[in-house]
Amino acid sequence: MKHLGLLSAIAFAWLLGAPISAAQEQGQRIPSSWTTTTVSGQGEPRGYVEYQKFCSACHGPGTGRPGTMALQAKYKGAEPALLDQRTDLTPELVKTYVRNGISVMPFFRKTEISDADLDLIALYLTRNNKR
Amino acid sequence: MKVPPGVSSSDFAKALDEFEQAVGKQWVFTAEEDVALYRDPYSPFLGEADELVASAAVAPESVEQVQKVVRIANQYKVPIYPVSTGKNLGYGGSAPVFSGSVVLDLKRMNRVIEVNEENAYALVEPGVSYFDLYRYIQEKGLKLWVDVPDPGWGSPVGNALDRGGGYLMAQFRNHFDSHCGMEVVLANGEIIRTGMGAMPGAKTWQNYKSGFGPWVDGIFSQSNFGVVTKMGFWLMPEPEGYLSGTVYAPKHADLIPLVRILNYLENTRVTNGMPDLGSPLLRIPMIAEIDVWNRGDGPPPPEPELASLLAKSEGGYSAELERYAVDHGISYWSCKLSFYGPPKANQANWEFAKEKFSTIPGAKFVDNESYKLPLTPEEREKVHKPQFGIPSLAMFSIGARSRTNPDPTNGHMWFSPIIPRTGEAIFEANRVFNQAAKKYGLPVLAFSLPSCYWERSFIFIFAFPVTRDKETNQKNRAAFRQLVQIAAEHGWGEYRTAPAYQDLIMNTYSYNNHALLRFHETLKDTVDPNGILSAGRYGIWPKHLRKTEA
Repeated sequence: MKHLGLLSAIAFAWLLGAPISAAQEQGQRIPSSWTTTTVSGQGEPRGYVEYQKFCSACHGPGTGRPGTMALQAKYKGAEPALLDQRTDLTPELVKTYVRNGISVMPFFRKTEISDADLDLIALYLTRNNKR
Repeated sequence: MKVPPGVSSSDFAKALDEFEQAVGKQWVFTAEEDVALYRDPYSPFLGEADELVASAAVAPESVEQVQKVVRIANQYKVPIYPVSTGKNLGYGGSAPVFSGSVVLDLKRMNRVIEVNEENAYALVEPGVSYFDLYRYIQEKGLKLWVDVPDPGWGSPVGNALDRGGGYLMAQFRNHFDSHCGMEVVLANGEIIRTGMGAMPGAKTWQNYKSGFGPWVDGIFSQSNFGVVTKMGFWLMPEPEGYLSGTVYAPKHADLIPLVRILNYLENTRVTNGMPDLGSPLLRIPMIAEIDVWNRGDGPPPPEPELASLLAKSEGGYSAELERYAVDHGISYWSCKLSFYGPPKANQANWEFAKEKFSTIPGAKFVDNESYKLPLTPEEREKVHKPQFGIPSLAMFSIGARSRTNPDPTNGHMWFSPIIPRTGEAIFEANRVFNQAAKKYGLPVLAFSLPSCYWERSFIFIFAFPVTRDKETNQKNRAAFRQLVQIAAEHGWGEYRTAPAYQDLIMNTYSYNNHALLRFHETLKDTVDPNGILSAGRYGIWPKHLRKTEA
């Protein structure tokens, strides 16, 4: 009797069934960036957000930033090791390095950093230049 | 414009035109300067005629667009080469294995489809990077960790398919093993879902790996049988605490019991983080130390007497060197253990580990850091971030210019054989590789220690520099090829490699007259009869490009 009860319970569950829903996942698009935090950039100069997103993981301040370390070793203080404190970069130079790379810094594809983003990064890194 | 080999200019023009209709004109790249961005920045053939290059690139943003592109490629027999984020530098980057292929750039497929906190999994597209997934989880405030490799800009999908690894608990460190369910577009444009995903309306696609019948997921890794467009991963619930402790063993021969005890502790999950071997005497840093050294001036120079003993020692050993070590209280070996879990359990497990290692006469123990998780912002800056599931690019400081590396290279390639999990194997591999290094004019290290990314085996990871000098690169390539053969003669095989060596290494997996490779080829001919997908990847060539064995 006990077994029959169990059987009918199974049968009941079977008859009810689970509704099969169409797996229609859309998901959330994630804008490309190499940062661990979301950058709002409110009140910051144009291009700051793109610079934070694409460059700061290597060229930002603090420890463990290979780009900052490399420029410190290269210029030994003659130029700031932080790219965004430089006053001698030109937009062309910024674009050349992003699209050609240097040493272990690779070049970046347009699906990673678009031309429009790169324009903004160049604008940001040249904002302090003497005119 | 470069045209893929074996494709007529008119067919290629038609295919490109149809690619544009499928994905939009701006996402088909044919201009020379745009296509050049798909070169491998660390190519060992840098600037040589043999460098592997693309003819064009096409960047779909949805699985439907991938289907269209694949169907067009199949119709015109255009070779295509899918990449996810294209950042597996040292293992090929975004350049195709078959030069002249069109790169199928999946970077724009960047959706996080689902992250489930209760059951600790994620379902993502190939263009999502570790940084992206981490940020998504942080923004939603979910208590989940992603097992990340050192370079955080890679793709969980791409890294898993290339069988990369990370640093967290053992069951997450092997990124392919920690996946659960995939969606794949086949060469004819058809979509399959693996595991439970094969059932319409499946409720457990990311919860139960194997589904029903043959579990085919493995054939889509390190291969060219389909384009993976979605992949599920098991994530690590954020533990409450992290503890690390280091065991130090005084004598050369102690490496053997050290590894034996370590294996027991790891295989019984007493220690659940990645063990990290080092040698204070031979000045071989543990991974966590590399990161710290790179931030400063590197390791302090050895005392002159030690430096001279090290220079005279053979394979990291001499009786005098060992005596010096004992007299000066410098340990031969160190092994850092990591524990993730409740702080009390971590402490108890560390105490148990100490008990076991105490059977090595003279073993010493140091309690390292103990953190209550999540880390504070100050703590985050101190740690090797991947050991806490935080993506970073800090490890590039190994090759970048620094005070200790004033003349940086142009990249690197990795020679990475798998060897047994024993101290004896470490000694033997050192003897063999040092002899080979001397013979082929490579820098000879006193001793090398393997890494413990994978359970049950060791992996040696040797970096070969890629320079701007073609002759140096040629010499290094020749030495690399020799090392692969020498390793194979000893029964040690590479786990992964750059395109330049994939044929060579596949040919070392030659049991029973290459029966496994022939099986791969049978599959290839069946699922991709026109051979359009990633020709040559991991040594698997379509029929029309297969080199007949001499």
